[in-house]
Amino acid sequence: MYRWGGCSKLAELTYIGTSPPRPDGPAKASGLSQYADDVAVAGLWFGETVRSPVAHGRLRSVGWRRAAPPGAVLVTAADLPGPNGVQLIDDGWPILAEGTVEHVGQAVALVAAPSRRAAVLAAAEVEVDIEELPPVFDLSEARRQPSLYELELGLGDPEAVLDQAETVVEGEYRTGHQEHIYIECQGMTARWHPSGPRVEVSGSMQCPYYVHKSMVHAFGLPEEAVRVRADAIGGGFGGKEDYPSLIAIHAALLARAVERPVRIVYDRQQDIIGTTKRHPATMRYRSAVDAEGRLLALDVLVELDGGAFTTLSKVVLSRALLHAAGPYRCPEVRVRGRVLRTHTAPNGAFRGFGAPQVAFGIERHMDAIGRRLGIDPLTLRQRNALVPGDRLPTGQIVDESTSALACLESVARRTDFVTRWTEYQAAQTETNGTPQRGLGLSLYFHGAGFTGNGERRMNSPASARLTPEGRIAVLSAMTDMGQGAVIVFRQIAGEAAGVTFDDLEFPEPDTNEVPNSGPTVASRTTMIVGQLVARAVREVSAQVADWWGEQQPAASPYTVKDGRVVGQDGRSTPFAAVARSYLEVHDALEVTVRHQPAPGPVFDETTYQGPAYPTYAWGADIAEVEVDPDTLAVRPLRMAVAAEVGRAIHPRLCIGQIEGGTLQAVGWGLLEEIKLDQGRYLNDRLATYIIPTAMDAPDLDVELLEAAFPDGPFGAKGIGELPMDGGAPAVVAAIENATGLVVDEIPATPERLFAAQMRERSDD
Amino acid sequence: MTDHPTLAFEVNGEARECNASPEMRLLDCLRYDFGLTGSKEGCGEGECGACTVLLDGQPVLSCLVPVGQCAGRRVETVEAIAEKDPELVERMTETGGIQCGACTPGIVVTLYSLRQANPEASREEIRRALAGNLCRCTGYEGIFRALEDGHG
Amino acid sequence: MAERCGSLLEACRRLATEPGLRPILGGTDLMVASPHERARQGRWLDLSCFDEMRGIAERGGSVWIGAATTFTALQADASIRRHFPALVAAASEVGGWQIQNRATLGGNVANASPAGDSLPVLAVLEAVVVLGSAAGDRLVERRVPYAGFHVGYRATALAPGEVILGFELPLPGPGLEQRFQKVGTRQAQAISKVVVALAGRCAGGRVQTLRLAAGSVAATPVRLRQAESAAVGLELAAAAEAAGSAARQETTPIDDVRSTAAYRSAVLGRVVRRLVLSLTPDSE
Repeated sequence: MYRWGGCSKLAELTYIGTSPPRPDGPAKASGLSQYADDVAVAGLWFGETVRSPVAHGRLRSVGWRRAAPPGAVLVTAADLPGPNGVQLIDDGWPILAEGTVEHVGQAVALVAAPSRRAAVLAAAEVEVDIEELPPVFDLSEARRQPSLYELELGLGDPEAVLDQAETVVEGEYRTGHQEHIYIECQGMTARWHPSGPRVEVSGSMQCPYYVHKSMVHAFGLPEEAVRVRADAIGGGFGGKEDYPSLIAIHAALLARAVERPVRIVYDRQQDIIGTTKRHPATMRYRSAVDAEGRLLALDVLVELDGGAFTTLSKVVLSRALLHAAGPYRCPEVRVRGRVLRTHTAPNGAFRGFGAPQVAFGIERHMDAIGRRLGIDPLTLRQRNALVPGDRLPTGQIVDESTSALACLESVARRTDFVTRWTEYQAAQTETNGTPQRGLGLSLYFHGAGFTGNGERRMNSPASARLTPEGRIAVLSAMTDMGQGAVIVFRQIAGEAAGVTFDDLEFPEPDTNEVPNSGPTVASRTTMIVGQLVARAVREVSAQVADWWGEQQPAASPYTVKDGRVVGQDGRSTPFAAVARSYLEVHDALEVTVRHQPAPGPVFDETTYQGPAYPTYAWGADIAEVEVDPDTLAVRPLRMAVAAEVGRAIHPRLCIGQIEGGTLQAVGWGLLEEIKLDQGRYLNDRLATYIIPTAMDAPDLDVELLEAAFPDGPFGAKGIGELPMDGGAPAVVAAIENATGLVVDEIPATPERLFAAQMRERSDD
Repeated sequence: MTDHPTLAFEVNGEARECNASPEMRLLDCLRYDFGLTGSKEGCGEGECGACTVLLDGQPVLSCLVPVGQCAGRRVETVEAIAEKDPELVERMTETGGIQCGACTPGIVVTLYSLRQANPEASREEIRRALAGNLCRCTGYEGIFRALEDGHG
Repeated sequence: MAERCGSLLEACRRLATEPGLRPILGGTDLMVASPHERARQGRWLDLSCFDEMRGIAERGGSVWIGAATTFTALQADASIRRHFPALVAAASEVGGWQIQNRATLGGNVANASPAGDSLPVLAVLEAVVVLGSAAGDRLVERRVPYAGFHVGYRATALAPGEVILGFELPLPGPGLEQRFQKVGTRQAQAISKVVVALAGRCAGGRVQTLRLAAGSVAATPVRLRQAESAAVGLELAAAAEAAGSAARQETTPIDDVRSTAAYRSAVLGRVVRRLVLSLTPDSE
């Protein structure tokens, strides 16, 4: 079930708030879309990666065990043409291991061969000689080593308040690794050309210009010598933000060595072993509260397991700390955090980017406060929820679209929350063998767009230009990994320019064709780049209309509406015809616009004070679960979700984002687990890394709320990551309501619930 | 070039031949010998369902079928099924059943079979039929709607 | 697999003489291999088309199930549904629909995983495994009680060149109730963490007959004979408690990627207790 409230279609809008079918739907459903491994390439060879079998060691040698298999080619760090680092925030992530290996699965060497099978067999013929060194896995040991990164922010003096407070609540909350499990594994094809752009890579990626930058860095080439194209993308969720840069370089190294196009496609096991995961987190919360449960002071320590290399960990920690106090008002706050280094694969971007971890922390902590004071979860949150004008720990004053209370109202109304929560709590002791039910509530917010001054620094462009056919080509580097930018951008452009979808063209993301409008991450595509698209096409459309007015002054000024240029006399001409006339007398019309941050205070990156995000999207979840009292198997039955999204450009897709993100969060909270043995992931296949099936998914009842964000296109906020924040704390709270078992670590597997049950019984 | 005997079977209504090793996966034969890349490999071990095809009318996982067992049999892939059931393709597009599209071909094949077997399937029956098709984008709701919307 | 059918006799001969040749039915276990394993894979002999290994039929006091019977076919068969509801329940929880269309009862038994869902059911139904092999120009049969078939971790009583032709399941006597519960890693398409089957009957509120078996709690699927004897003769509630705690005593679950020994042991006890308690107190 789903519905949307408050999304009334504004009378003057044509496309915004409607749900036209996505143009790529029929090709995807018919199996005709071309993903990285679907594209036929003549003379293609195949690459395989040789990985470290140990977590830490000195790399003594890499080479063929016996004679090189016929036709196979080996590439090691010695063959690199430039610096041995993938350029992201820094270039500390080696392209191929050199000197030492730092985690199981680290790429040590590459092989290429003329067939998939030959490449697989050749990779097994590579001998890697490593002298093992003691690894660090345990966080308590990692704490004694230098951190990869540390950060602190806050307001006031929480320590003084905590010292004086009558009620202090403390808790430690933990979250585990999460693997993206995009259904399409990572894949990339590279080829070198004798002329033109020297090297071309195409494949599955969120961010063509990230790949471009890392290729330029690794091969020491001028920017114009590298061309990067995105194929159809079978899911990303952050997992194709950083990692495709590494595979692109790998494929290009092999293609250079064999002088043929080379494709690397990971099988699922390699994908799980090799690629980044959501950072595991340990979070310690200490709060002072008054008798009504109002937060007086909050002290938070967040530790993320960064793995062996920094990659994107700095910005993940930054976002985590900025969300750690949750959507709550608190006058005195200190939030500290660090990224610890372990000998495991680097952890990186995953939908939510640090925020889901701390959302679990703060929401479990709020439940701990409620438990201590005997206040139900809804009342406690209503008392503490931010309202417009409140101050965040950064000093940022939250805007008029602060919708925490409205989200709570929406989910509570649909579930009769307090009454049923109270009944379920009373029924906890009735263990007559029948399943126990419980309700759990979470409230959350998510900063939309890049953290801090990211957008200001990036100053991203997007362009629009007239094509010879009289259409407007919209040029941006944004990829569609499933989220639906492909239709949302059409709606924004059509609405802004007054044209129909037939008047628009969207070239595929190709660094030769489109400007660097930044990465497809951080819920920024619709809100930030969508606004650029709106401005650029509006300008093109207006220039065409103005020129037409100069030609036909009698009915001037002209406007563009529904694909026609309309004069004051009501007479109109198709936009495409006018645009073609325009091009008969002008060489071209192309408009490039750049992101303009809203006027007002600027975020201070040294003090972490100021507006860290231009706005926030808001959400609340209520989960209802059923727990088998014998097996402790948890079945999430249904969830009510409220999401305040600014404005839903395409309500159907917007709801799809909320539904999909919510189930990912529920999977993370209940099922998805990576166990490590000497740094090796034991859950390295889909038979052991367990994600929800259709039988595991709750019925989802999503209500969209709208409170326009003036600087987003037609009021839209970024919402792609928001739904990842609430599902896990809601289901874990529901388990507590059903069983009385308090679990502060996810996934809340039956084994973990069983351990909690045993602890509780031994406490009795 | 190879000493493998020729395997003859029907693919999407056409007689096809393949002279690969009979141990080869049907999925690889379809994708790399016949260019039918609609069937996807999401796991290679029968967990994700992205490679679902019909074998003699029954949904099976083409990553777990040795092509030798297809001799003389009838294989239908998503490319043909989408043509046979344009309404399903349209519904999947309109109800939000498609996001990234990597699981979609397998889901289309499974839902096609379900519609044939049980046109009025309840949500519980849809869930059960789809349990072998993992989707990571939609939370399954949009897919359920593709069958449920318009049931009356 | 090249010569797709031929005769079963010939197939058995080849299996006995050609090293590296492996029999295959639905392939849902055998085909699960990494690209590296696949690249080095040996040859397979397809057994899925032999009439001797197909079909479901009542014969005298038992029901014959050919080894090549798929889990989908088991669920659909009227005779199986009438006599062996526990087998239907197990069949419906093996993988997803696509797997059930291919995976066979014979393959599940030959694969000899301690987690095989159908295996505890065969144990409590006291199935007989019918094996075939070539002796000169004749196909000879051998009957092995299921209880003696899985002889160790992933080991079976199959001799070289011998194949599973099918199973004979004695018709359950009047009033014999059957139960099945799988505890998996999720709601569907899961591998068992604990799986339990029961066949039993009460009279006058007391357990009269009880057969229990479990998977994923030892190196092979096991009959829980101590649990059975602890419970027989007791009133239902006491019998359930006794069976549950005896079941834990006689099994040796381990920690692995799917679960923990402690969880498996406790949940085995609880599920056994639950299934025993669910028996009708008086089946007259």
